[in-house]
Amino acid sequence: MMRHGPCLALELSLPAAPINPVALERTALHALHLELGARMVPFAGYEMPVQYPAGLMAEHHHTRRAAGLFDVSHMGQLHLMGADASLALETVMPMDVLGLGLHKQRYGLLLNEEGGIVDDLMFVNRGEDLFLIVNGACKQADLAYLLERIGQRCTVLPQFDRALLALQGPQAVTALTRLLPGIEQLVFMTGTPSVWQGEPLYVTRSGYTGEDGFEVSLPAAIAEDFARALLAQPEVQPIGLGARNSLRLEAGLCLYGNDLDPTTTPVEAGLNWALQKVRRSGGARAGGFAGAHKVLGQLQGTTPLRRQRVGLLALERVPVREHTGLEDLSGQPLGAVTSGLLAPTVDRPIAMGYVPPPFAAVGTRMNARVRGKAIPMEVVPLPFVPPRYMRG
Amino acid sequence: MIKYTEDHEWISIEGQSATVGITQHAQDALGDVVFVDLPEVGSTLAHKATAGVVESVKAAADIYMPVSGKILEVNEALRADPSLANSDPMGAGWFFKVELSQPAEIDGLLDEADYARLSS
Repeated sequence: MMRHGPCLALELSLPAAPINPVALERTALHALHLELGARMVPFAGYEMPVQYPAGLMAEHHHTRRAAGLFDVSHMGQLHLMGADASLALETVMPMDVLGLGLHKQRYGLLLNEEGGIVDDLMFVNRGEDLFLIVNGACKQADLAYLLERIGQRCTVLPQFDRALLALQGPQAVTALTRLLPGIEQLVFMTGTPSVWQGEPLYVTRSGYTGEDGFEVSLPAAIAEDFARALLAQPEVQPIGLGARNSLRLEAGLCLYGNDLDPTTTPVEAGLNWALQKVRRSGGARAGGFAGAHKVLGQLQGTTPLRRQRVGLLALERVPVREHTGLEDLSGQPLGAVTSGLLAPTVDRPIAMGYVPPPFAAVGTRMNARVRGKAIPMEVVPLPFVPPRYMRG
Repeated sequence: MIKYTEDHEWISIEGQSATVGITQHAQDALGDVVFVDLPEVGSTLAHKATAGVVESVKAAADIYMPVSGKILEVNEALRADPSLANSDPMGAGWFFKVELSQPAEIDGLLDEADYARLSS
């Protein structure tokens, strides 16, 4: 019965495809996922929970109402060390790394020579090192890229065996503060070292859902105990990758591999806000990063943009999925949807996709070609749901 | 008489017509169904032709014709509330009714025991 490409590369086949246990890695929470009744799928080289018995919709709503616990240990954690690490990292990202305050976190983009996005990531200045969290599916390639480009200037230390848990939702702070008293003092996009049962953690107030919440990096050996302690809190339910995808899309956040790829520049992706002034033309450390010529040219308007990312709302109740073609009202192709689903909170079909700039203005109408039928779409502002970050 | 297909559909045959839906196993694997596309009433579709679509938030699946025939009726209640495919897949969550044009095709369908083995 299955034919269409599932979203988020969350393969769902009938009967359930047996997972080859040899080829896939497991996170420290694998046994807990099975105990909780998760449906496991291959994702980024790992066996990961796509949903628990509550189901994607209930998990999505629970995260927006209370607190959801996500195992994101498939993501790659890396430490960059050495006096030159910040300036070295600035040669591969158009971000202000040097000026990032102690325990401040920032969104970053690794670029190739053409300004295309090799990966998107989060990084924190922890004083003794730069702590990077990269996408699971990209982590080996990122490690090789960093070693090749900046491995002579700083120490690049993969920490791929560490676990990473995200606790997201308006009640995340209440639940986590019971385990880590004082953690409520963190504000959005900052981090702090912490200790739980004598073991060192590193906690940031950030996430991938548009909600207030935290990400906790911890040794794999205590990950299950820590997850159980969180799940014992009345606010907390386990949430799978399916709801993680619907939550992040409603929050207007890009998924690497869908909405971002090596052929897409930060400016095309509408991520200009992530490029600090100091790295732009006229800034104290302008340029000097991979792909700078193209990216700075696009920012200044001297290099025309061929396409840019937009938010789209379907005007009929038909889900419009990734790879669906977009066309203008006369039927001329414009581009394609890169993420799309029936959004649980918005309760409408939403999407992100790429179109030429003349079609990117809010209010522009176009059609998506779904199974031969034209489904009317309108460009809308991102995000689809207002963020509820704790900015202090 | 209820028969099944390898595509995880059920077909309930009553004389010259039949009702078609998705199985319990199919709805469970799909998760929360949020959208169905149903065939046009009056259209004639061949065995294995695409008759519709069922989508959850995370996946989409085609519905194939388990037999050849003319579409007599579609479940408008399911179109309005796709979650019926989850809550009552063998009952209120039916998809469409078809008039059989090749009744012999029924012999090629799975009985309950065959289907149970397939989906276990």
